[in-house]
Amino acid sequence: MLAIQTQLFEAKDVRFGPIDHETHPEVESKWTHDAEFMRLMELKPIRPLSPAMVKKQYEAIEKEMEEDKNLYYFTIQTKEENKFIGKALIEWIDWTNGNGFLRLGIGASEFRRLGLGSQALSMLLRFAFDELNLYRVTAVVPAYNEGAIKLFQKFGFMEEVRRRKAIHRDNEFWDLVSFGLLNAEWREQVTGQG
Amino acid sequence: MLNGVNKLQVKGEAMKDIYRGTLVRLASESPETMAKTFIKWDRDSEFHRLADSAPAQLWSEKKLKDFVEKGQEKQGDKSFRFSIRTLENDILIGSTGLWIQRWSQGDAWLGIFIGEREYWGKGYGTDAMRLIVGYGFSELNLRRITLGLHSYNERALKSYQKVGFQLEGRVRGEGIRDGVRYDDLYMGILREEWLALTK
Repeated sequence: MLAIQTQLFEAKDVRFGPIDHETHPEVESKWTHDAEFMRLMELKPIRPLSPAMVKKQYEAIEKEMEEDKNLYYFTIQTKEENKFIGKALIEWIDWTNGNGFLRLGIGASEFRRLGLGSQALSMLLRFAFDELNLYRVTAVVPAYNEGAIKLFQKFGFMEEVRRRKAIHRDNEFWDLVSFGLLNAEWREQVTGQG
Repeated sequence: MLNGVNKLQVKGEAMKDIYRGTLVRLASESPETMAKTFIKWDRDSEFHRLADSAPAQLWSEKKLKDFVEKGQEKQGDKSFRFSIRTLENDILIGSTGLWIQRWSQGDAWLGIFIGEREYWGKGYGTDAMRLIVGYGFSELNLRRITLGLHSYNERALKSYQKVGFQLEGRVRGEGIRDGVRYDDLYMGILREEWLALTK
């Protein structure tokens, strides 16, 4: 049944919004100075970014969204104060084969561990499967990111690939793990019908 | 004097021709030659569908030449590409390369294909695989090499296993062709595994 009355971008405590080029660069610049958060989010070498550099990134993101049409990028905002607390995205969408890669993070540390990432992931999955009509989604997580692994497992993702020792951090080697969830598996969870 | 000593000490390994295998060698081509060959291979849709998950399509020779030129400009930065030529008769039969996502992690993606059908299943690809993997570990000093393949490409799977790649996972239903969902397989080889195999 069509469910267009159920809002795609509204959850209990958070909503998805667009980028705000005026106010977000300042906020996100602060997150990039949080090395622990950045090393959970990024596999590439991290570095702090000035608000001007973040603004440039936002422009590149919206350019890619417009021209390549294989990226959907959302900011996560609290419903109460409209505070920008994180981001959620689906990238590298392969339309021919119906798959894409998910990423999300709560950058504002005081909003972590409150279940808001869970609410954002719920929205992101409905968007991927009921709006983009993808067949499957993938999430790639280094083995040290236990919080993310627990979150994806809670949503029924299956571990599919384990790239041995692919991540080298602080003189330790970690596997890089891919998790997959199929449209049919997600549908069965939310509606009880495969 | 110092140079002379160094040369003697490393002669065994460093003097070896790392571009030369038992059946093939790694080479570089002019964009014109490569484009002329690609336009021929592109018409073979079975070849394309074994090697790639993007939709098969037919490019002009000019566009193919542009692609090759663009690739060659970036050569040595994040990508290391080679053509594959037979030692006997010097025939251009395929292409291979390594793509480095993040130098800081010492991990690269490997790609390879043999476009000339007469050279399928005869060990030419496997010989080229050993050369490109050896290049990755002994010249680029990588820590590991990753590759992906369609689960229906059994010839490729056997070749990669022979070279020493281990299966690291299976992505369920990553592609669809002719109305059939298929899995993709991902494999990896670690530096220490390769060194143990080639000692």
